[in-house]
Amino acid sequence: MIELEQVAYSYGGGELLSDVSLTLAPGSFHFLTGPSGAGKTTLLKLCYGALLPTSGKLSLFDKDVRNLDRDGIVRVRRRVGVVHQDVQFLDHLPVSENIALPLTVAGRQSENDQQDLDDLVGWVGLGDRINALPPELSGGERQRAGLARAVIMSPDVILADEPTGNIDWEMSQRILTLLVELNRMGKTVLVATHDLSLIRTAKSQVQSRVLRISNRGVQLAGADL
Amino acid sequence: MKQLKQLRSMFTDQSADRVVPSSGITARLTLFVSAVMAFLAVFALALSFASGRLAQSWGQDLAGSATVRILAPPGQRATQTEAAIKVLDTTEGVLTSRPLSDGEQRALLSPWIGADLPLDELPIPRLISLQIDPETFDPVGLRLRLAAEVPGAVLDDHGRWRAPLIAAAGRLRLLSISVVILIVAALAAMVTLAANAALAANAKVVAVLRLVGATDQFIEGAFIRRFTIRAATGAAFGTVLGVVFLMVLPTNEGPDVAGLLTALGFRGIEWLVPLILPVLTGSVALVATAAAARKALRDLA
Repeated sequence: MIELEQVAYSYGGGELLSDVSLTLAPGSFHFLTGPSGAGKTTLLKLCYGALLPTSGKLSLFDKDVRNLDRDGIVRVRRRVGVVHQDVQFLDHLPVSENIALPLTVAGRQSENDQQDLDDLVGWVGLGDRINALPPELSGGERQRAGLARAVIMSPDVILADEPTGNIDWEMSQRILTLLVELNRMGKTVLVATHDLSLIRTAKSQVQSRVLRISNRGVQLAGADL
Repeated sequence: MKQLKQLRSMFTDQSADRVVPSSGITARLTLFVSAVMAFLAVFALALSFASGRLAQSWGQDLAGSATVRILAPPGQRATQTEAAIKVLDTTEGVLTSRPLSDGEQRALLSPWIGADLPLDELPIPRLISLQIDPETFDPVGLRLRLAAEVPGAVLDDHGRWRAPLIAAAGRLRLLSISVVILIVAALAAMVTLAANAALAANAKVVAVLRLVGATDQFIEGAFIRRFTIRAATGAAFGTVLGVVFLMVLPTNEGPDVAGLLTALGFRGIEWLVPLILPVLTGSVALVATAAAARKALRDLA
């Protein structure tokens, strides 16, 4: 799915990540943890083609990102669902249209999709909020709407960047449960978080691996969290 | 062919329209400026056509004719006139030559010095009107022959005072065409500014669209469609208004200078020319927005 070989990334100032080798196999569930500013978001951005590695080889769906043009990156995006800590929506469109936005921009809207959309909205528990505008949603509702938007194209990979950063514990567990369910359906999931209790909770629900960023590298953390 | 297809999908994909929020003031200003520019362009076009017509009519009326004046004492006037006619009849390029009668001369002079003209008592020169072929007519050669054979004859081929008038009309026409070009350029600049402002104001929207997998073409299309339609609609308003204004202006046919001011407008098929303004404006807006959007998107990951 996503393969990094000795990937390095540096901002103008200096190297943030170096010599990162990592493979996200289909159907795997990974957590990515590490202190703030360690490069969790950068690593996720590399994984959906928002950033290009400064050195090393990065393959998304068996294609070297360096050989992808802008439309090629777009095709990757349609196979990767991304949820951010502060999910951004089109504030002038109701929740239902925001969730269906990936279909709209891909030019794929049909009768079947309406049923899918209803199912999806029900699954994330926003059935009674579909006509609300995004600014009217609570933090937890925004995250769930963001997750629904990330999975409506039925992507192969779901990348979540601190999806529980802004919401309370109960809602965090609910988001986690949704992610675990997606993983059971065969999706590859990568969740960046510094919330260790969330990782512990997940351990009981799913076979997951924990990656830790430290010293500009990514290590597989032990099971002793 | 591919571009054409892209262009068509750009205008038929209505779902893209809703993803960009409509921005009130930018939209209204774009409409307003396009309308004003088109309104002004209608007048510049009308001026260009009117000055073109003027130059042409001056050229046609005057190029085909010339005058010979016989300035001689009353006793010799008739003989000199006859001699001049003889010379003229054997000159290449002179189609016809005809001395004006007393009555015709009186009619020509009466607006200037009154109708009760004792023409016989005044040393008025005899005028000979010539129809000439401008291609082969040689005024210098004729002048030399007349000077040798009819000392009192003076040739006036109208070119001396025709040329600056035609040049002036030509310059007026050039000026009005430049004005049309400047208006179109200013419109392009205005649409570029408006599109940049809209893209900057909607940076978040563009980022969200990129994130959920929108192609550059989709995003560009949403903005391009909006600005093209706005600019073309505004220009259509302005054009209609300008044309209506021209239609209700009082008109006066005639090649004189007053005619330029009062004959400002279009004739016949020329009325169709302002119709290109909305199309031209829309095309300019399309190109300007496409360039602005492409640049803004390249700056974005």
